[in-house]
Amino acid sequence: MQGSTTPTAQLRRRQAKFFTLLLLIGPAFVVFTLLIIVPVIQAAEYSLFKWNGLGPLTQFNGLRNFTLLLRDLIFQKALLHNLLIIVFSLLVELPLALLLALIVRRGTFKLAVFFRTFFFLPFVLSEVITGVLWSYIYNPQYGLINSIIHLFAPGSTGIAPLGSPTSVFWAVLVVIIWKYFGLHMTIYIAGLQGIPVELEEAARIDGASNGQVTRLIVLPLLATTIQITIFFSIIGSLQIFDLIWAMGRGDPVNGAETMVTYLYKYGFQRFNMGYGSSVAVAIFVICLAFSVVYQRLLLRGERE
Amino acid sequence: MKKFIAIAAVSAAVFLIAVGSAFAGAQRETGATASSGKVSFSFWHLDTADDQKAYWQGLADAYMKDHPNVTINITVLENEAFKSKIATLMQSGDPPDLFRNWGGGVMIEYAKAGLLRDITSFVKGTEWGKTMAPGVIAVYSYDGKQYGMPYDMGAVTFWYNKDMLASAGYTTFPNTWSGFVTMASKLKSTGVIPVSLAEGDKWPGMFWWAYLAMRIGGRPAFDNIISGQGKFTAQPFVEAGQKLVELTKAGAFQEGFLGTKQADGAALVGNGKAAMELMGQWGPTTEAQNAVNKTGIGDALGTAPFPMVEGGAGASTDALGGGNGYAVGKNAPDAAVDFLKFITAEPANAKYASMGYIIPTAKGADSGLSDPKMKLVKSIVDKAGYFQLYLDQYYSPAVGGAINDAVQQIFAGTMSPAQAAASVQQAYDSNQ
Repeated sequence: MQGSTTPTAQLRRRQAKFFTLLLLIGPAFVVFTLLIIVPVIQAAEYSLFKWNGLGPLTQFNGLRNFTLLLRDLIFQKALLHNLLIIVFSLLVELPLALLLALIVRRGTFKLAVFFRTFFFLPFVLSEVITGVLWSYIYNPQYGLINSIIHLFAPGSTGIAPLGSPTSVFWAVLVVIIWKYFGLHMTIYIAGLQGIPVELEEAARIDGASNGQVTRLIVLPLLATTIQITIFFSIIGSLQIFDLIWAMGRGDPVNGAETMVTYLYKYGFQRFNMGYGSSVAVAIFVICLAFSVVYQRLLLRGERE
Repeated sequence: MKKFIAIAAVSAAVFLIAVGSAFAGAQRETGATASSGKVSFSFWHLDTADDQKAYWQGLADAYMKDHPNVTINITVLENEAFKSKIATLMQSGDPPDLFRNWGGGVMIEYAKAGLLRDITSFVKGTEWGKTMAPGVIAVYSYDGKQYGMPYDMGAVTFWYNKDMLASAGYTTFPNTWSGFVTMASKLKSTGVIPVSLAEGDKWPGMFWWAYLAMRIGGRPAFDNIISGQGKFTAQPFVEAGQKLVELTKAGAFQEGFLGTKQADGAALVGNGKAAMELMGQWGPTTEAQNAVNKTGIGDALGTAPFPMVEGGAGASTDALGGGNGYAVGKNAPDAAVDFLKFITAEPANAKYASMGYIIPTAKGADSGLSDPKMKLVKSIVDKAGYFQLYLDQYYSPAVGGAINDAVQQIFAGTMSPAQAAASVQQAYDSNQ
């Protein structure tokens, strides 16, 4: 049959191609449509109604949910927290991960392998377990931190990082960085291992210092990897939920509220599904806009 | 190649069938009657402890034995999983026939959406209706119609450490608010945490605000809100907040109480670190479960009603409380209602009470209570001329959530008592 060019054979081959496509793309396409596209369209519809989640949609509300949302001080606070998480992820978490990756990337010293695993461990824990664990560490009566404080300053009142609206965000931020830097470090190590050793060796023969090798050879070659970790980091920061929920649901007094905890609280828990949907649409638009812009601007080089 | 096409076609077909049947499966079997006189219905609860599961299973088995035509399908889910699953089922318009519910605002939302069965004719003026106090039954009614029935209804009381109070010079719990505040500062000077408050969960603080408003304004303060003649900005609610600010400033609560979860708050009492907590009937159980020794402070634990506020309009017998019961889904067969009657009747109710989990609702079922502290809680419920359901359940979820948030803001000092009261009123107005 191979090599035959009769019309029936061509048709058959086309049919075969079609079925192959159907088989390969079909399941993913159906699942993607059902679980992603349809809910997004539904949420967009719900967001135009005042709806408690029960019964039919009757009270058309126009864009009122969105005007309420944009004016809501707690949502603004939540958005600000998301932005702060992005800023600290980019300025603290990623540089830290990169620095550690540069140190432990090659098994040149014995502990490197150990540290590579050790730093990755926090990422292996689930978000909820991490949250519970750190709630214990921060616990003002029994926690690790306060036990240490009491050891050195007996009789002191101790601190309650999760118990104050002003400190809770920073306490949670520490945990976020602690949890995710290992992931980015591992991605960097993978990227670094893809850089041919010969390039560095050649540079050293030409008399380049360690700093020059890193700055002029390693980092430029790692650029695409860094771009991808920035992308993951920002999207992850915009969507963060579990960890914050487990560490006090974004409270006290919305001190660590993020957009998704806001959505859950003021949408689901309060039976304001219409309003909640408008929050979901807002988050979707923000994430989508960012993805599109970022792909266009930064990841373009990769494709060309 | 032909073979490959065949495989591809068959795979695709199988896949489509699988998807199709998944949809068909989603259209649940209805829990109604079949022509053969056989009846089946679904029964959902969330008690995951072994002896509690066995209790409900035992009731279902006993009922099915007496009614061979009835099949009861039990689903047990853990608390959070239960709530999210129920929310999904409600949104799909497909409630279970009999499911755990706490009455009040959420139940009213379901009832308004036509998701519950009106069982008024089974309860009103019947023997069943006479087995419980009217105030207790009313928790599961809305607009004069009954949608469910409780089996557990307790009051919020102080659970305190008698030994610690004795060290501060108290043999009895103070019955006035000023006496209470004085005691808190005396307790503090003995080096213990006067009061454990799990404000990280918000609702424990709501208990304080609600009780103070009840003591200051009495029933009229709350009735006026429902009738529209009064507002949350009225003096009792603002003054309640002011009293909480004073208590907070006196250092009555543990370090970091704004972030404390209920289990940790209970542990402070159970481990003998804090002198008391204001908690529902589950207080002793959670204190013991979360204590290092798993038994809590034992006989040193006492209970007392919320003190009177001097000059307040409320009666000392007015009680804040709530409990557990079941709501009836819209498609439930009569057998499900009959089963509900069976599980809320005195024998079953007394048995559950004897297991130490509940304050029973059925008349005579308090024979099952052996602990004098639980008997006291029961007597507070029975004597309550005005029984107020927890505010976050009494009102709609939106208003209840706003109340819990506002109270936390009062404790945190980020809102004045007047601002907090105004924010509650605003939520109440926009929810009407």
